[in-house]
Amino acid sequence: MKTNRRKFIKISSVGAGSLALAKPVLGWLPKFLESEGPLDDSKAKKFPTYCEICFWKCAGWTYTNDKGKIWKIIGNDEDLHSNGRFCPRGTGGVGMYYDEDRLKTPLIRTNRRGKEEFRKASWDEAFDYIAERMKKIANKYGPECVALFTHGSGGHFLGHMLKAYGSNNITAPSYAQCRGPREVAFFATFGRGLGSPEPTDIRDTKCLVLIGSHLGENMHNGQVQEMSDAIDKGATIITVDPRLSTAASKSKYWLPIKPATDLALLLAWIHVIINENLYDEAYIKKYTYGFEQLKEHVKNMTPEWAYGITTIQPHIIRETAREMANASPAVIIHPGRHVTWYGDDTQRLRAVAILNGLLGSWGKRGGFYLPEKHHVPEFPHPKYPTPTKSWKDAFPGQYNLAAETLASGICDATIPNPDRSCNFKAWIINGTNLIETLPDRKKTLSAMESLELIVAIDTMPMEITGYADVILPECTYLERYDDIRVAQHREPQIALRMPAAEPMYESKPDWWIAKELGKRLGLEDYFPYENIEEVLDWQLKQIGSSLEEMQRIGVKTFPRQEGSPYIADGEDYEFNTSTGKIELYSLALEDEGFDPMPVFTAHPQPENGFYRLIYGRAPMHTFSRTSNNPNLHDLMDENSVWINPKVAKLWGIKNDQYIWLKNQDGIVSTFAVKARVTERIRWDSVYIVHGFGHANKRLSRAFGNGASDTQLITNVMTDPIMGGTGMRGNFVTFLTEEPSKEEVES
Amino acid sequence: MRYAMAIDTRKCVGCSDCVVACQTENNVPIGYCRDWIVETVAGTYPNVEIELRSERCNHCDNSPCVRCCPTGASHYEEGGIVTVHHNECIGCGACIQSCPYDARYSHPEGYVDKCTFCLHRVEKGQKPACVSVCPTKCMYFGDLDDPNSEVSVVMRNRNHKVLAPEAGTKPHIFYLT
Ligand code: SF4
Ligand code: SF4
Ligand code: SF4
Repeated sequence: MKTNRRKFIKISSVGAGSLALAKPVLGWLPKFLESEGPLDDSKAKKFPTYCEICFWKCAGWTYTNDKGKIWKIIGNDEDLHSNGRFCPRGTGGVGMYYDEDRLKTPLIRTNRRGKEEFRKASWDEAFDYIAERMKKIANKYGPECVALFTHGSGGHFLGHMLKAYGSNNITAPSYAQCRGPREVAFFATFGRGLGSPEPTDIRDTKCLVLIGSHLGENMHNGQVQEMSDAIDKGATIITVDPRLSTAASKSKYWLPIKPATDLALLLAWIHVIINENLYDEAYIKKYTYGFEQLKEHVKNMTPEWAYGITTIQPHIIRETAREMANASPAVIIHPGRHVTWYGDDTQRLRAVAILNGLLGSWGKRGGFYLPEKHHVPEFPHPKYPTPTKSWKDAFPGQYNLAAETLASGICDATIPNPDRSCNFKAWIINGTNLIETLPDRKKTLSAMESLELIVAIDTMPMEITGYADVILPECTYLERYDDIRVAQHREPQIALRMPAAEPMYESKPDWWIAKELGKRLGLEDYFPYENIEEVLDWQLKQIGSSLEEMQRIGVKTFPRQEGSPYIADGEDYEFNTSTGKIELYSLALEDEGFDPMPVFTAHPQPENGFYRLIYGRAPMHTFSRTSNNPNLHDLMDENSVWINPKVAKLWGIKNDQYIWLKNQDGIVSTFAVKARVTERIRWDSVYIVHGFGHANKRLSRAFGNGASDTQLITNVMTDPIMGGTGMRGNFVTFLTEEPSKEEVES
Repeated sequence: MRYAMAIDTRKCVGCSDCVVACQTENNVPIGYCRDWIVETVAGTYPNVEIELRSERCNHCDNSPCVRCCPTGASHYEEGGIVTVHHNECIGCGACIQSCPYDARYSHPEGYVDKCTFCLHRVEKGQKPACVSVCPTKCMYFGDLDDPNSEVSVVMRNRNHKVLAPEAGTKPHIFYLT
């Protein structure tokens, strides 16, 4: 029997033969794969779901085979997020269910935090443990001192429980560590944030501009699909990236920019568009505010000025600006998603918004459509108590434009400070691996030291679960009902998730966890139901559907209530800003004491022998949460560090050689990472995919594979406007010899 | 009838969805695969180009694997699909050696396995699993003898190439360039 593992991804340079990124075969086969051959779809059963592997929430069907075992997951053709086609992570979602490393029972800690020593507990015991401490905290400090971090559908139910308990401190790292700056910037400009899925009308665009946004490597499903449609239709793609990303390789223009200088390029583009009269004067007059100030502001920001900063040649800056203007209004300067880079991110995204405003793409076909979501009423419950303290008390006068709670803000407000009214005493953490999610790990660890209670609710052991006092095993999305998916799109649409199998082991759905914990906190009035089916059926009946109908169809589309998704030419349209217009000059920012128009500031560049650490995504993984998924681990089992061949030569580093990374603060990566020597990256930067280098031994497949970018992100540049944590100002150097233990732990 | 596949390298993003969808659809064991991704890089920074390709059995007209199979387990199905009767396969591996595309693998249960063009789906009028999952819709499948099939149309309108034409196997996976 030959057991050579097939190589899934072969990377070859022309003339250099092919190289494989793979390890020997795994000794483990999920039970269902032992059955022979493919199954006839007609013998299978299918259950509606929406995917939980990332935030895109694609709706589809979980198929079970003739033995009732979960077999495959396929998109729902009616679903606007996926158009019936899941991405690799969603297709590989079955692996999350079959992962034998899953959390199986409630666990209670028996040694100091981080030591990973737990004993099995019953659900009753675990709930009693948590409830007793939560009651004590409420009495002693106030219920507001309990915070919930959540990144997943379960957060809806746990959030309800926490609000009933008396705290509004509910947060997701997807704001201050990710998309927050662009929401604030677009709100300041157009009176409306972007939300998710972003209303980019890529399928009909004539020009798509990507700035560090690596569509195709980040599998934001609908956008990747539409980018492909746009390629078919001959749209011009312009990609700005220090790395030849997949998207860059498909672009008419790739601008290999010097990292941290994007704002200069954006301002130069604005300069060219104004200077060469490439805008629609009537449009500017009717819909925008502050054009004259903007014109004056960018007067000297010529392509020649930007060339010295960005290394992008002036004629390319002009040519690309003209391409955008030619396509206008069917042009998208893409806002990106993970945009917390350098601490001036809101201002950089303001420049993106201004450029879109100048080119008239807002509310236009091929630009940004105006999305709509359906309103689904909440199941009736008693009024929540009114909290008297909030995380914001820790930041008087700061971050007034932040529309959501900052995960990093709660972390900061947890570190004891006698001047604050709100020092957090408990964290409930659901579906987010804070150790890998929040930058500046030392700070996260020191915040946790002062907590009297840490509860982790997850499907998998993660770095963060190692610090919990109590771990509650959540069942996977394939084994549970959840809140109805109500998301914005071209048409309002809802989707149902229902279980395709009973929860494995002793795992439980979050709605049940929230309800049972709520009961023990004396909050039973807030949970006046036995089963979630009652709640969903009631909600669905309010909008003319029913649970029975949704179980059959999975997704349901409703007619728009707010008219066309596009603003007609010349239509009298009022933007939700103080002037009612697109604010090229932002009065909201000015009121808060910030630059009303973006100003370029130079950011530090790496010192000799150091390289800027750039991180991103691979299409087969989501953050650190999928790296142990057997199917997805099979596609990509470790990350590698991309190094330009000239740099590699200087260091004598060979392709596939394992090396260690050390950052500007002397932090050394715990594990070795493979070098990928490639012409696809600039010489002043290195690139790694986020989410690897797991240090939790209970992840039998993912443990020790690759390097964690988060570990090396110790320099955080905070956005003064909304508190976003800029993470791209970290520099690394290489260690080719295995570092001593002390060196790694320093 | 002559089944073929055309894959648009301008659209493929190398995401491997086709790989994992094939694995779940066809119960391919973890650690093995019937299709895979190849990336080629040419040039030096910043004048670099890459090509991403989803590869699998080429369902050749002139298949060395069928010719060398001692038991006749490797055979042609209707429409030129090359498959292996698992129960007739003795696992000798001659076909694995003969394939210029490295498209076959030894299944842990002792037989040789490879892409079937999802015959079980195609028979029912469905597209192969990889084709129907691909988020970029970069794969086209159909009957080359039908001038109106998706694959015939796209091949008429676009430049295309095959892999290892010098092997003389007459492959039926075409890459649109
Ligand atoms: S984009 Fe992929 S991982 Fe995200 S929800 Fe859709 S199928 Fe799931
Ligand atoms: S699924 Fe499509 S885009 Fe993804 S690698 Fe396969 S062929 Fe390419
Ligand atoms: S046609 Fe079917 S068997 Fe062949 S690679 Fe695609 S999914 Fe796999």
